[in-house]
Amino acid sequence: MTKKISILIVDDEESVRDSLYSWFIEDGYRVENAENANKALTMLESDSFDIILADIKMPGMDGLEMLRRIKLLKTDSIVIIMTAFATVDTAVQALKDGAFDYVTKPFDPDDLSHLIRNATRQISLKEENENLKKKVVSLENVEDMIGSSDQMKKVLKDIESVAQSNSSVVITGESGTGKELVARAIHSNSTRKFFPLVSVHCGALTESLLESELFGHEKGAFTGAMFNRKGRFEMADNGTIFLDEIATISTKMQIDLLRVLESKKFIRVGGNKEISSDFRVICATNRDLKGMVEKGIFREDLYYRLNVVNIYVPPLRERIEDIPMLVDYFIKKYCTSMNLQPVSIDSAALKRLEEFNFPGNVRELENMIERAIVVGNGKKISLRDLPLEKSIISNSIESLEDLEKTHILQILNKYSWNISRAAKALKVDRVTLYNKISKYGLKSAD
Amino acid sequence: MDLQNITLISFGYFEEVFLRDIAEAVKQEYFFQVNIKEGRLDLSEFYDPGRRQYDGTKLLKEVDSAYSSDSNKTVGLFSVDLFIPILTYIFGQAFLNGRTGIASLYRLSNERYGINTADNFISERFKKEIIHELGHTFGLIHCHIPTCVMRSGTYVEDIDQKSSSLCPGCRKKISGVVI
Repeated sequence: MTKKISILIVDDEESVRDSLYSWFIEDGYRVENAENANKALTMLESDSFDIILADIKMPGMDGLEMLRRIKLLKTDSIVIIMTAFATVDTAVQALKDGAFDYVTKPFDPDDLSHLIRNATRQISLKEENENLKKKVVSLENVEDMIGSSDQMKKVLKDIESVAQSNSSVVITGESGTGKELVARAIHSNSTRKFFPLVSVHCGALTESLLESELFGHEKGAFTGAMFNRKGRFEMADNGTIFLDEIATISTKMQIDLLRVLESKKFIRVGGNKEISSDFRVICATNRDLKGMVEKGIFREDLYYRLNVVNIYVPPLRERIEDIPMLVDYFIKKYCTSMNLQPVSIDSAALKRLEEFNFPGNVRELENMIERAIVVGNGKKISLRDLPLEKSIISNSIESLEDLEKTHILQILNKYSWNISRAAKALKVDRVTLYNKISKYGLKSAD
Repeated sequence: MDLQNITLISFGYFEEVFLRDIAEAVKQEYFFQVNIKEGRLDLSEFYDPGRRQYDGTKLLKEVDSAYSSDSNKTVGLFSVDLFIPILTYIFGQAFLNGRTGIASLYRLSNERYGINTADNFISERFKKEIIHELGHTFGLIHCHIPTCVMRSGTYVEDIDQKSSSLCPGCRKKISGVVI
């Protein structure tokens, strides 16, 4: 530990203060004295101390009362209570009130050394913990959200503005656009970040299973309920619950959910005890919730309860400028996880990716890159490594000429630029194919 | 006034050979002239009947006011059981960056801990304790080097494990005062 540990001694007896002062000064600590609790509390307003050694019996405010007030100040100080009159009751009370330890005066020099050593170890662990937390947060923040398009900038801005609040959020967007990543980013930038983010895929569960999953169940609540089980709302206490595919939940579940959101209280399936949980709700859907409300399929009151803030995640085809960055990110991600040297992607393959309409969005692109790394030559991802042959026609193609060009390139790639075989497949002669290659400026990726 | 010497003042009976041996060790460590004097104090004034021990803090203050001067580093040598109010016992104590320290033989003998008696240990331990307290008067705080004499020791075994010399780091810290 680099920082000098500071100790405040609070005792009405001058001889005690002096002897402790001398002892700690010789150990190289920064030491201050206070002759009563009021003076110590005043000192704590303008200065902070790592360790406070306080006598329990002092005129005016006693050590236990001072301990309670120190805890109210929310300082990180470690308080050690000293007394000449040891009783089990006062020791227990001191520890209950948050004292780090309790010692009886006079104490053995070795005990004092141990006590202070344990306290300083606790301080260094706390510091280490804080530093690690900071590192974890910075890692979470930089990782997941990739893109520099205006649409993504807006999403990031929305995340930033909503993260610190406690408001419910509905994330909308097509499948595979990264709605869960947005939820994770909101959670990891919120004050709840050190508590769990609990995800529930509502669409994957039947009504009864979802009920048990969300609220938990008591032993014997239904056949197979052999143990008590905490529900997801309970697990998300102080954290965030992410309800994916919220539009799929039944009408009954909508009513139950509304009740929980309003009261933050619920009862486990088969139980009778009310359980409270402090959670934040983030939902996601790829459906038009507003439209469902208008059609009467989704409860309007629940919709307004959930949809305090709406974040729309655009499909990949609306932000094609992000594709190179995403490709680069996924290449690094999978090469690292497969323990391979980073590969590159040739320009033709990248161009094709940019032209593709990606119905499965970022998830589809990610799968494509993963597959290309697995099947590729380990150096460069080329067109033949991308599963685009059976792809639907790119939405950027409108003219017949573009269609012809794309089709010829696809066939040439399929036959590894063997002109004879490609011409045969296209049912044109070789000269015609050469003319087309020249006309459209087609080049082999290799 | 510049520091001229170190004075060891014995309160109570100490053999002359024993004291000369200690003075030589102190001289070798700090390179100052070391004088030995005999002090007279009515120790009953410092006796705490409740604890059946002698108040180290009061003794230190007394030695400092009655026997020390700015040109001297003084260490009072005792053979009684010393305490400070907060601790059950002490081997010695000193004013950090001051001019006075005290040390006692009482807790340094093996027989206090039920270990086999071996008198040569007492002499070595006492030397280390005196050099340690003098180190505090030169402004040194406790050192983490296991062999350094400035390492804190709360048991006689701790004292036995360290040497009677300052480590290079501690020596460097007082190089302006001590050669």
